[in-house]
Amino acid sequence: MMSNLIKKIGGGLALAMYSMLAQAEYAINFPKPVTVIAGQIYDLHMITMWIIVGIAVVVYGAMFYSILKHRKSVGHKAANFHHNTMIEIVWTTIPLLILIGMAYPATKSVLAMRDSSNPDMTVKITGYQWKWEYDYQQEGFKFMSVLSTPRDQFELKGTAAKNENYLLEVDNPMVVPVGKKVRILLTANDVIHAWWVPTFGIKQDAIPGFIKDSWFKADKAGTYRGQCAELCGKDHGYMPIVVEVKEQADYDKWVAEQKSKSAAATQDTNKVYELAELKSIGEKVYATNCAGCHQAKGEGMAPVFPALDGSKMVKGPKQAQIDIVMNGKAGTAMSAFGKQLSDTDVAAVITYTRNAWGNHTGEAIQPSEIKASRK
Amino acid sequence: MEAVHDHGHEHHPSGIMRWVTTTNHKDIGTLYLFFSLIMFFFAGSLAMGIRAELFQPGLQFMQPNTFNQLTTMHGLIMVFGAIMPAFVGFANWQVPLMIGAPDMALPRLNNWSFWLLPMAAILLVGSFFVPGGAAAGGWTMYPPLFIQGGLSGDMTIFAVHILGISSILGSINIITTIMNMRAPGMTYMKMPLFVWTWFITAFLLVAVMPVLAGAVTMLLTDRHFDTHFFNAAGGGDPVMFQHIFWFFGHPEVYIMILPAFGIVSSIIPTFARKPLFGYASMVYATASIAILSFIVWAHHMYSVGMPTAAQLYFMYATMLIAVPTGVKVFNWIATMWEGSMTFETPMLFAIAFVALFTIGGFTGIVLAVVPVDIQLQDTYYVVAHFHYVLVSGSLFAIFAGAYYWLPKWTGHMYNETLGKWHFWLSMIGFNILFFPQHFLGLAGMPRRIPDYALQFADFNMISSIGGFMFGATQLLFVIVVIKCVRGGTKATAQVWEGADTLEWTIPSPAPYHTFATPPVIK
Amino acid sequence: MAMNVSVKSLVIKLALFAFAMLGFSYAMVPIYKSACDAGWLDATRVDLSNPYANVNRNVDTSNTQVDKSRWITVEFVASTNEKMPWNFEAQQKSVRIHPGEMTNVVYDVVNTTDRETVGVAVPSYGPALAVQYFKKVECFCFTKQVMAPHEHRGMPVVFVVTPDLPKDVNTITLSYTFFEVKS
Repeated sequence: MMSNLIKKIGGGLALAMYSMLAQAEYAINFPKPVTVIAGQIYDLHMITMWIIVGIAVVVYGAMFYSILKHRKSVGHKAANFHHNTMIEIVWTTIPLLILIGMAYPATKSVLAMRDSSNPDMTVKITGYQWKWEYDYQQEGFKFMSVLSTPRDQFELKGTAAKNENYLLEVDNPMVVPVGKKVRILLTANDVIHAWWVPTFGIKQDAIPGFIKDSWFKADKAGTYRGQCAELCGKDHGYMPIVVEVKEQADYDKWVAEQKSKSAAATQDTNKVYELAELKSIGEKVYATNCAGCHQAKGEGMAPVFPALDGSKMVKGPKQAQIDIVMNGKAGTAMSAFGKQLSDTDVAAVITYTRNAWGNHTGEAIQPSEIKASRK
Repeated sequence: MEAVHDHGHEHHPSGIMRWVTTTNHKDIGTLYLFFSLIMFFFAGSLAMGIRAELFQPGLQFMQPNTFNQLTTMHGLIMVFGAIMPAFVGFANWQVPLMIGAPDMALPRLNNWSFWLLPMAAILLVGSFFVPGGAAAGGWTMYPPLFIQGGLSGDMTIFAVHILGISSILGSINIITTIMNMRAPGMTYMKMPLFVWTWFITAFLLVAVMPVLAGAVTMLLTDRHFDTHFFNAAGGGDPVMFQHIFWFFGHPEVYIMILPAFGIVSSIIPTFARKPLFGYASMVYATASIAILSFIVWAHHMYSVGMPTAAQLYFMYATMLIAVPTGVKVFNWIATMWEGSMTFETPMLFAIAFVALFTIGGFTGIVLAVVPVDIQLQDTYYVVAHFHYVLVSGSLFAIFAGAYYWLPKWTGHMYNETLGKWHFWLSMIGFNILFFPQHFLGLAGMPRRIPDYALQFADFNMISSIGGFMFGATQLLFVIVVIKCVRGGTKATAQVWEGADTLEWTIPSPAPYHTFATPPVIK
Repeated sequence: MAMNVSVKSLVIKLALFAFAMLGFSYAMVPIYKSACDAGWLDATRVDLSNPYANVNRNVDTSNTQVDKSRWITVEFVASTNEKMPWNFEAQQKSVRIHPGEMTNVVYDVVNTTDRETVGVAVPSYGPALAVQYFKKVECFCFTKQVMAPHEHRGMPVVFVVTPDLPKDVNTITLSYTFFEVKS
């Protein structure tokens, strides 16, 4: 019975090992670099690892030789030496020399990676709890980038099958041209975040009130993914980074699209929507921005995140709700969505909450009302 | 001098009051050790919760915020409630015995410093039950995130204050004992290495615990009294907290490893039946590590964007620590070399310590290199690194020391078979648990996340299996300890053939009062 | 021998040392700030004991050599922290100037609420070392700015980038973040 169990477990382990080997791209090292800096980091790590392997062979070799040969059970008699100045000097000096040897290439890489001069373009990136904002200041548009994995894939007791890029996909990726030095300016709106894309070899903390600059130059078009790397609260694990590196022509096309989109959004403010239309836009905005705390069915998570279903605030006068959505609520986790969402999105999401679940105010909030509140 | 003699010799209360009022270093050592064992299981069960949640992608058992509470409290309680008090327990038992002193220099202070701990523990454990739950901003308590937390944040800060006071009082006591109470002939350079490492550790504690206390007090006043130490609007800087915290935090790392060095340096010579190789260089290496620990703190924060020159400086200084640490490892191996070794449980844990702590040291060198660290900062690679140092380092040394001295403390031999099972299952479970986390970090999995992308699934599952195995194995240790306290083969005074420090000259179990007349040191 | 040190004086010394270290943790606040000002730890901030150290209304620019041979781009970034209910933007996103040239830019600020709000702006520079070469003649930072309900205001910054700016730096970013503070 016992041996049967062992066989089963052994078989399972062997199978697991085999499936690991079978997955050719199974990651046990840094991902394949796409920038010069990431390449230098990859090489530095390999050099360091080989030096370590060399030292390990000597250290563990001596240790296990001693364990095998110098044991009482094989009749080895203990010697009585307890110091040897010569050897002590040797094993202090040699590591020192090895370290100096390692420091040289490391220093060169540090100098290279910190050199943010002569950029081709600048993008300001702001960390929010829990999303990223990309501001293409020179081009005159900015957008929020939020996790796009559907909630039923990751929620507690969620049963939906997971996407290929589960938790590493966003609605609006950052887009940059290939082969251009992109300087990024990082800051944060609330707490410290860190912007990290492993394939670029870049990780920089985003600190509220301060800007920190860093840069990357991607040599190959493609889609690259990363995550926030500094604990930033509840949904720290749910604010991925996606960067699409495009050929210059495709990038220019994308910029043009973004510009017309942001122009359209401004005009849109004057449009008058039907209730149903607002509700359907609002439902999507709610899922992306609100459901994390107030939950998909508006039931909230007591005591920190209040329920919206049946809430006095939501069923009461609209101006109060507009104010809280636009400016947040001091001393709570409710952020100021006025600077994160467009007028239409804010109007739609408020309309949705006032007409979803058990709330039936029948009111439609128009984007123009939101625009007016920004004056 | 009065301090030495003024504890009540003649009659001590029995039952619970014996433990509440005791000023006996052996009683207090026992209290510390049991306290840390309880905290070890509490914080360990939090870790089991973490590994259960990470067993598969997707949320299985808890909301993200609960997960953050578990990681935060696991870290805080393991560091301040389990590892540190365990070492203080060893110091209480062993320092007087090893230097031939009748007790600690300040017995009543000793009692207070212990009884502060349960209060801090109540605050920490109790914070799980206040509205909003326990602190969830990480054990490092970085603002502004930590300032966002609720009542539990204040409870955590007070607990840290109390723990800090306890550690400082304990350390003052240890320093005073070592400087004043050594038996005639016990010169500094004749002290056993365990005493030396604790001597240096105690100075580190007195130097840095007040710094932590200052840092968390600033957090507290920022939260409630409108100061702006870490708030940019009032001219503060959140990064300054990280500098102050790690100025404490890096010496703290050595506070948790130097006594481990001392325990291992006592055990290896005993079971190799050969004197410790390079005693003097061990002392100097320990002192250099302690001094270097004050000038490397910012290597915990390479990614905040320091000026290039600062990054380079902290990289060089950090790499330098590898030299004295290497000397220690070489010395232990040279002690084993040409010895006549036997492999009882303490020796097995000590050898595992040397082997696995060295892996933690190697990954430490990898992490010292700024560009590589930029990739690895805040990933599972770092998690693996510091668990190799603190679990297979500090914790394994604690186990080694416990098995080594249990016969002296209880008068009975522990069950060697169970001890060996405990060792081998811990050793295997530990490596299954933490070795794959290196790969997870390299592949890009951030730490402190409750859920992860699909490419990290296999290694997380393996790691969790190792975690459950390691966790369950620790129950064996409790069984061994209980069995050993209750009975077993009678231990001799000498216990171990190769042991030669003073504690082995007194009977087993060690009498309630020892060395009333100082022993003579050859 | 070992017993010759008085327990009492030793305990007192150690306790004093612990208190001194507590004091040191607070002393680290000014030490950190001076280390930052010296550019050792972090140069993106300014000297707060004297926030106007690099703001001098009487800078005599007639003596400053304008380096006509060199162009640098200065970018202007504006952010509001957390729930600050102001719209805050630079009128120009960037300017191309010569080192040594006096430049004037204006930030637009709008209070979008029905209540009076007070804010403080914190400056920061990218790259960090630029702080040493960025001299401001006029600046609105570190002073409490009170904005009436729905008030609009232009806030000017007048500055000179000194010609000794290292040759490899050709883009500098000046960032302001407005924080809401209690009045």
